Amino acid sequence: MLAFLGRRLLATIPVLLIVSVLVFLLLRLTPGDPAAILAGDQATTEQIAQIRENLGLNRSIPAQYLIWLGHMLQGDLGQSFYYKTEVVTLIGQRIEPTLSLALITIVVAVLVSVPLGVLAAWRHGGWLDRGLMAFSVLGFSIPVFVLAYLLIWLLSMRLGWLPVQGYVRLSNGVGPWLYQLLLPSITLSVIYIALIARVTRAAVLETLGEDYIRTARAKGLPEAKVLLRHALANAAVPIITVIGIGIALLIGGVVVTESVYAIPGLGRLTVDAVLARDFPTIQGIILFFSFVYVLVNLLVDLSYVFFDPRIRY
Amino acid sequence: MSLSTLFKRGALGLAAAAAIVAAVPAHAQSNVLRVVPHSNLAVLDPIWTTAYMSRNHGYMIYDTLFGTDEKGQIKPQMVDTWTISPDNRLYTFKLRKGLLWHDGTPVTGEDVIASIGRWGKRDAMGSALMQFVSRMDSPAPDTFRIFLGEACGFVLEALGKPGSSVPFMMPKRVADTDPFKQIEDYTGSGPYVFKRDEFKPGDKAVYTKFDKYVPRSEPPSGTTGGKRVFVDRVEWNLALRDAQAQLAALQKGEVDIIEALGFDFYEAAKKDTSIQIPTYSNIGLQYMARFNHLHKPFDNPKVRQAVIAAFAQEPFLRAQVGVKELYKPCYSMFYCNTPYGSTAGSELQSKGGMRKAQELLKASGYDGTPIVVMKPTDLASIQKLPDVAAQLLRQAGFKVDLQAMDWQTLVGRRAKKDAPDKGGWHMFLTAWTAHDIWSPISNPTMDTRGEKSVWFGWATDDKLPALRDQFMRATDEPTKKKLADAIHTRAFEIGTHVAIGEYQQPMAARKNISGFFIHNGNIYWNLKKD
Repeated sequence: MLAFLGRRLLATIPVLLIVSVLVFLLLRLTPGDPAAILAGDQATTEQIAQIRENLGLNRSIPAQYLIWLGHMLQGDLGQSFYYKTEVVTLIGQRIEPTLSLALITIVVAVLVSVPLGVLAAWRHGGWLDRGLMAFSVLGFSIPVFVLAYLLIWLLSMRLGWLPVQGYVRLSNGVGPWLYQLLLPSITLSVIYIALIARVTRAAVLETLGEDYIRTARAKGLPEAKVLLRHALANAAVPIITVIGIGIALLIGGVVVTESVYAIPGLGRLTVDAVLARDFPTIQGIILFFSFVYVLVNLLVDLSYVFFDPRIRY
Repeated sequence: MSLSTLFKRGALGLAAAAAIVAAVPAHAQSNVLRVVPHSNLAVLDPIWTTAYMSRNHGYMIYDTLFGTDEKGQIKPQMVDTWTISPDNRLYTFKLRKGLLWHDGTPVTGEDVIASIGRWGKRDAMGSALMQFVSRMDSPAPDTFRIFLGEACGFVLEALGKPGSSVPFMMPKRVADTDPFKQIEDYTGSGPYVFKRDEFKPGDKAVYTKFDKYVPRSEPPSGTTGGKRVFVDRVEWNLALRDAQAQLAALQKGEVDIIEALGFDFYEAAKKDTSIQIPTYSNIGLQYMARFNHLHKPFDNPKVRQAVIAAFAQEPFLRAQVGVKELYKPCYSMFYCNTPYGSTAGSELQSKGGMRKAQELLKASGYDGTPIVVMKPTDLASIQKLPDVAAQLLRQAGFKVDLQAMDWQTLVGRRAKKDAPDKGGWHMFLTAWTAHDIWSPISNPTMDTRGEKSVWFGWATDDKLPALRDQFMRATDEPTKKKLADAIHTRAFEIGTHVAIGEYQQPMAARKNISGFFIHNGNIYWNLKKD
C-alpha cells in the first residue's frame, strides 16, 4: 500500500510539469495583452508598452517560463498581474467558498441520488425507476445557468425562502453559511444527482441479480437490510468512483454557478483571470486544479480497499 | 430497519435542516449602502490606470482641487480662493480650511504639487498642461502656485476634469511614487476611507465614512459642492456580475443600487414598485467607430468619408440600446449640450445617407480590400454595434471581414500597428463617457500626430494639431468655442472617426435610497438610506 502511495505521488510530479508547460504555452499563444487590459480602455500605446516592460512580458517565452518555474519550485506562484496580490493568497482567499459549495453539493447529491438509485433498482421498471430516468435526462440536459435562474425565481423571488446571491464565511456561523449556499448547491447538485443516481441504479441492479442476494432474501432478512448491506455495499466501487470524479470536477467546474450566485470562489477567480489575461493567476489555479484532480483520484483508488476487500495494492 | 422507517428518518432530518435555515437572522444592514458597480475593481491607483472603476474608487477616497458641475462649469472643491495674474501666467491657490488626510494630518500645498506632478506624467491633458508649466511652489502650507512659461486657457479645466485620470490629491509621500508604479498607500482626504483590510479582489470593496471630512457648503452638483455622507459604510459587491441575478438581488432587497442596469432589464426594473430609476446624469456616453488610419483603405480620407456618410446613427442606437428614451442621435464629436458640443461640419453624416456613401466610395478608388471589423462577443454594452457597422459597410459597397473575439483580445489587438491581414485591424467600435471627449484637448481622437498619437487608430493630419495648439493657448471662452468649431469641422473633413450616437446608462436603486443628484458618473455621497 505504501509503495503504491509513493509511486502515485511521484507520478504527480511529471503530470504537473506537463500541465505547467502546456498551460504556459497556451496562454502565451492566446491573443490578448494583459498590459493593455491593466492600462484601461483610455490608455495610450506608450502607457501600455511601459506596463508590458514592467511585467516582464517583453522577455522570450522560454525565459519567462524558466523564471516562473524557478519560483514555482520554491512554492512561489508569483504575483497576479491584475490584482497585484500573491497568487497563493488569492487562491487561499477563494478556496473556502469553492470547497464549501462543492462539499454541500456533493452531500446533497449523494443524500438524494444514492437512495433514489437504490430504490429505482429495487423497483426496476416501476414509476419511480421511469421517473428517475426522466429526471436524469432532464438533469443532464438543462444548462446550469438556466436552472439557476429558474430556482432563483421560484425559491428566492416567489417563495422568498433563500437569498439570491452572496456568500457568508463559515466563521460567521454554520447557519448563515448553509443558508447562503443552499440554493447554489441545489442548482449544482441536479446534474450530479442525475449522474450518481443512474450509476447507483445500474450498479445495484446488477448486484440484485446475484445469488447472494437471493440467499439473503431466502434467509428472511428485511428488504432494507438486503438493499443496504448486501446490494449497495457490493455496488459501492463504481458509485464511489463516480462520486470521486464528481468531487474533482466540482472543484474546477463551479464557474457558472459561482458567477450567477456571486460566490467569490476559485471558479469566479478563474473567469476574471482569463478575461484579464492574468497569466500567473491562471497558471496557479490550473496547477492547483490539476493537483486536486490527481489527489482525489488517488483517494478514490485508496478507498476501494475499504469497500472491496478483494482489492490489494 | 424497514423502508418506511428510513423515509421517516430522512424526512425528520430534512425538517431539522429547514429549521436551522429558518432560524438564520436577517442581517442588519440599515446604514450600509450596498452597491453593485458596473465592473470589477482591480487597480487601486486611479492615476496609474485609466479604468473607470479605478476612477470611481478615487472619487470615494480622494478629493480634487476643482470639480465640474452638472452644467459643465469648473468649480472649486479643495481650493478656497484663487487668483490669476493679469498676464495669465501665475495661478495662486489657497486651500480650504480643515482639509485633512485620513491619517489626521493636514493637506498642504506640497502634497498638492506632488500630486499634480505625478498626474501630469500619466494623463494626456495633464501632460499637455505640464508643457506650459515652468514650475510650482508652495509659499505657505495652505497655498500653492503654478507658474506658466506661456499663458494657456485650460489650467482650471485640467485640474477639475471629471473623466478618466482625474487629478486626485494624495499625500506627498504617496504622490512621490514613480508614476509608472502603482501606489500601495491609499490615504486620501475624500469623504470615505478605503478599508484595505476588508478589500477582497473580485469579491468586495468597503468604504467607511471619514468623520473629519469637511464638506463644502454648496449643494452637490457634478463633482462639485458638498460631499455629505449619510451612511456609515458603502460596500461594493464585486462578485455579482450576472445581470439577471443583479436585478433579482435588487428586487429582493439584497443590494441597494445597480450602477449599470442592462438595457434588456430596463422595462422590468421600471415596472417594479420597489425600484426606482434615478436621474443621475444629464449627459451620458457616446458610441464611436474608430478607423485604423495606417492601412489601406482607411489611409484614404475619401474612403473614411464614405463610411461617415453611411453610418446613420439610429440603426446603431436601436440595435444596441433599444429603449427609445435612453438614446438620441447627435452629430457632435464633443458630445451635444456640453461646453464645446459643436456640430460644425457634420453635414456629411447628418445629411449623408447610403446613396451618398456609395458615390463617395466609388469615387475614392476603393480596391475591394476586406474591412476587418473587430466584434467583442462578451461585452453586452457594445457587442451589437459591429454587426450594424458590417451591414452598413456592405450596403455602401465595402467587403467586410467581421471577426469575433472577446473584448480583452480586442483591447490587445487594437494596440497593434500591423497590417489587418497580419493580425492588425481596420475598425473597432467602442463607447466613451462625455467627460472624456467633450474637450478638444482631452478627446483622444483629436490627436492626429500619426503613429505618435496617444490613441489607437493613429490619425494623421497637420492642421488639427495646430488648431488644438491654438485652443490650448486661448484664454477666453468665445475664442475657445470658435476654435472648437474649427477643430470639429476639420475632424469631419479628415474623418478621424465616426460618432454613432449618444445614450444614457440607466442606474437602478431601491426606493428607500434618496439624495440622487446630477453627477454624470458613479458617485456615492449625499445618498440616504431610509
